[in-house]
Amino acid sequence: MGMTITEKILAAHAGKATVEPGELIRAKLDLVLANDVTAPVSIKELEKINLEQVFDKDKVVLVQDHFVPAKDIKSAEQSKVVRDFARKFDITNHFDVGEMGIEHCLLPEKGLVTPGDVVIGADSHTCTYGALGAFATGVGSTDLAAGIALGEAWFKVPESIKFEYDGKLPEDVTGKDLILHTIGDIGVDGALYQSMEFTGSAIDELSMDGRMTMANMAIEAGGKNGIIAADQKTIAYVEERTNKPYKVYQSDEDAKYNRVIKYDVEKLEPVVAFPHLPENTRPVSEAGHVELDQVVIGSCTNGRIEDLRVAAKIMQGKKVHKNVRCIIFPGTQAIVKQAMKEGLIEIFIDAGCAVSTPTCGPCLGGHMGILAKGERSLATTNRNFVGRMGHPESEVYLCGPNVAAASAIAGRIVHPREVE
Amino acid sequence: MEFTGRVWKFGKDIDTDAIIPARYMNTSVPEELAKHCMEDADPTFPQKVQNGDIIVADKNFGCGSSREHAPICIRAAGVSCVIAKSFARIFFRNAINIGLPIFECPEAVDGIREGDVIQVNADSGVIFNMTTGQTYTAKALDASMQEIIRNGGLMEYVKTRLSEAKA
Repeated sequence: MGMTITEKILAAHAGKATVEPGELIRAKLDLVLANDVTAPVSIKELEKINLEQVFDKDKVVLVQDHFVPAKDIKSAEQSKVVRDFARKFDITNHFDVGEMGIEHCLLPEKGLVTPGDVVIGADSHTCTYGALGAFATGVGSTDLAAGIALGEAWFKVPESIKFEYDGKLPEDVTGKDLILHTIGDIGVDGALYQSMEFTGSAIDELSMDGRMTMANMAIEAGGKNGIIAADQKTIAYVEERTNKPYKVYQSDEDAKYNRVIKYDVEKLEPVVAFPHLPENTRPVSEAGHVELDQVVIGSCTNGRIEDLRVAAKIMQGKKVHKNVRCIIFPGTQAIVKQAMKEGLIEIFIDAGCAVSTPTCGPCLGGHMGILAKGERSLATTNRNFVGRMGHPESEVYLCGPNVAAASAIAGRIVHPREVE
Repeated sequence: MEFTGRVWKFGKDIDTDAIIPARYMNTSVPEELAKHCMEDADPTFPQKVQNGDIIVADKNFGCGSSREHAPICIRAAGVSCVIAKSFARIFFRNAINIGLPIFECPEAVDGIREGDVIQVNADSGVIFNMTTGQTYTAKALDASMQEIIRNGGLMEYVKTRLSEAKA
């Protein structure tokens, strides 16, 4: 019996020839990641056991991205715990203010993740790296602490669901629309404990940025990981960034799937997820009249250069609606620089947007764009739970960068063609 | 291990932002987090909950973020265990790792009402509703999960491994 890409990667890291869904394995880790919110909890656990050294100082990544530059004293103290730990253990990849970016934009950009890797991160969107053909999954701080100490983690090998996206992508349909449509179809626990394998001609066509958007949101369907087998695009992306050796895995023809779900992408249009779950999706043409107070473009889901290009193209020469606050959050410093070079930042500022330093900030209601009671935001982020972006009686709608940019101009949720 | 407590019921897809909103995550002190436990699902919960109480929820409890602050704040609020139809994956691992007992039992969730007093035997998974007299049996945990709990959490296991490596 053949194996899926996820099974092959896990087997290789467990020192086994084969694994089967349901099997418990102990896998070697290629990278472990935590941020300024989750690392302090891990560090507290590691202090309790008097950790003398981390398993590999080059393979522990700490990113200060959630509440930095520090939003208040408590956040500053959390960041300091991480900073002190990074210095004490001489952590190679500690990214602080000035260098930091939103972790899931930053790690691939820095060449820290390669195909075939096993990565755990104390952040649920760690599944983003599946877009590079790696097995990557979110864990809590205690699992992460164990990973930092031992360089290993326990996994139950997941069953896989194969998603096939066939046809040619309509011009205004993005990776975000594909994944929102999928979550709307299978539900927020539709892939609970399972691996989501994304395949098909539309996935081949997607850029690395678009693929990362898709893998990023596997967790919103309850998935253990999202994964896209590496192809020439992946290899070109990785080779540009690292000399690290890596191995490319593909699913076997006769691999076993829990189910196979097929979509004809030519029938799709941009999608919006209504409050308060990512599964509450509707085609944007059926959104009705939804007026907006804020539009957020950025995050680990859609804060990459391609997303900014898409948004800027729509905003060029136009003005953000007078009732809307539009905030742009590029994912990393390199993305900011590239956006400056291409004139995108100028387009945003001329349109009346605020452009922020990279941070997770508003996506999780941390800082830099919190909603008041009764306010409504459209966002290219990943969650629209109750109170996610601020007051428990505020609302978040999710969409791709084109719908967000067009809607910021219109002052209400619209199809991008409405502002052309 | 046996728990007896009063039940607070919650619906499906209770996410980690409802369990502990990120606006309070500028600290990881359990007692601080407990003051806001379940606040965005039920703003009065932190005031109402008493030591030993039990949360009973529908499917996919703890979906969303990986924040361990979620099971930490539930435990710090005094909740003895959580019963749900199903748990989101990361919440499930986190609860086991920090030693918050959790049980999957759809029949119990359907049969138990808010305010009922129930008794949960962590070893056998038997849930007895003292208010109605009904009994349910939760799905048994994997052996490796039980081992982590028996060892007093995942970090105890790590400690053992590190001292073995040294020896």
